[in-house]
Amino acid sequence: MTTRTARQRQNDDYIQIDNLHFRYRDRTVFRGIDMRIPRGGITAIMGPSGSGKTSLLRLIAGQLKPGAGTVRVGGTDIHRLSRSALFRERRKMGFLFQSGALFTDLSVYENVAFPLRAHTRLPDTMIRDLVLMKLEAVGLRGARHLMPATLSGGMARRVALARAIVLDPELILYDEPFAGQDPISTGMLAALIKRLNDTLNLTSIIISHDVPETASIARHAYVLADGQVAGQGPIQEILESRAPEVRQFVKGLPDGPVPFHYPAPDYRDDLDLGETC
Amino acid sequence: MLNAIALLGRYGLNRLATLGRAGVLFVAALWGRPTLRPGLSLLVRQLFNAGVLSLVIIVMSGLFVGMVLALQGYTVLVRFGAVEALGQAVSLSLVRELGPVVAALLFAGRAGSAMTAEIGLMKATEQLVAMDMIGVDAVRRVVRPRLLAGIITMPLLAQIFNAVAIGGAVLVGVKWLGVDSNAFWVNMRESLSFGEDILNGIIKSLVFGVIVSWIAVFQGYDSEPTSRGIGEATTRTVVYSSLAVLGMDFLLTAMMFGVD
Repeated sequence: MTTRTARQRQNDDYIQIDNLHFRYRDRTVFRGIDMRIPRGGITAIMGPSGSGKTSLLRLIAGQLKPGAGTVRVGGTDIHRLSRSALFRERRKMGFLFQSGALFTDLSVYENVAFPLRAHTRLPDTMIRDLVLMKLEAVGLRGARHLMPATLSGGMARRVALARAIVLDPELILYDEPFAGQDPISTGMLAALIKRLNDTLNLTSIIISHDVPETASIARHAYVLADGQVAGQGPIQEILESRAPEVRQFVKGLPDGPVPFHYPAPDYRDDLDLGETC
Repeated sequence: MLNAIALLGRYGLNRLATLGRAGVLFVAALWGRPTLRPGLSLLVRQLFNAGVLSLVIIVMSGLFVGMVLALQGYTVLVRFGAVEALGQAVSLSLVRELGPVVAALLFAGRAGSAMTAEIGLMKATEQLVAMDMIGVDAVRRVVRPRLLAGIITMPLLAQIFNAVAIGGAVLVGVKWLGVDSNAFWVNMRESLSFGEDILNGIIKSLVFGVIVSWIAVFQGYDSEPTSRGIGEATTRTVVYSSLAVLGMDFLLTAMMFGVD
């Protein structure tokens, strides 16, 4: 009975991260974190700048290697795969970059068609239908002939989203999808992420600073601080958490466990005021 | 003192690591079976970028270099009453040395810097990572066609440079200064050996093509993803390529035409 329950729980978790340690140059980013990302929902990963949110996303995607620990995606230890096996595994993932990362020498249409042309031998007519369906889903079917340089930030992110879902992935990783967007674009993107996740039955991970917008669509959340998981659970519990690191982030308090000031020598010494004042 | 030695050691290790990364990139770019789709179309596009778009500067420079060579050669040869040897002097200088070297330096400035800037900008705007995330090998897709295009176009550009330069020399030497046309061409044909001169010139330009393209793609791929980083990488491409071409030219010349 116990074994069956454990296996069932394992199946419900699409991503399992155990004892993850990671260093970037001289800085320790993660000190043995454990996470479970449930299948089929939207999970938010929040935390102050520099808490390693983007590094975590890249560790999940196998772009960075951990110092220790394991990251299992759909049951596969992503860091034990060969390069070609990792590339095959990534076809099940979509990644939305903060910048959009559209290929600047390709039109909107060709950007969305890129993964299809790279991984399938579908005829052009079928590629055309698939691309137009995905562009329709993000509301940009009419912009198919535009070049990335002529798109607004919000449009570029929607095109990147269409490209991320064109291979019908099981998992989508969103890196700061709302950063630098106006309120209309933010609301539009949030609704789009929610709709795509529900209709395509995806597992989504969103990294974001935007607490209200993320809370409106995410089911679970993790808050990272100081190389560790400071809080986790259903989004409502996170919003009401009394843990100091979580509370500071969620309420947007300027000072707290994450100090306002970067470590510096004594202010008076720095101004050469010495003992005279 | 110890600190200075430690710094020197660290600098040496960093250089060695950079060389290692460059080697890995070169092998990774050329490793694996080439594909018709989309490999060929990507290569054709890069052949256009590196070759066709460099034609104007190669042709214009070749013309002027040939004209100057003829003018300088004439002023020396006329003192010895040997102006008929102008064709021989010009063609040997061009085919053996100036053609491959000047074309390579121009190629580094025109196409090499463009390759570095393009790859560096793709890196800075996360396009290379995005490709990787889509499951497409960015080295094979972006680096390989540029590297191959450089290696293929360099010898062709050098031969075009030579041909135009000889045309420039004819304009100045024969048409303007009145050197006998027959003597000019006959001397040129008799002094040039295909095996020793023309083939060695082609081998030189092939080696320069590998060096310049390799430096260019590596500097772009290894650049710091900032505007300053890309600027520095582009400068390094031109400086390193120029020095490497000139140094390698000496080595190749010593090997090919060395004094017995």
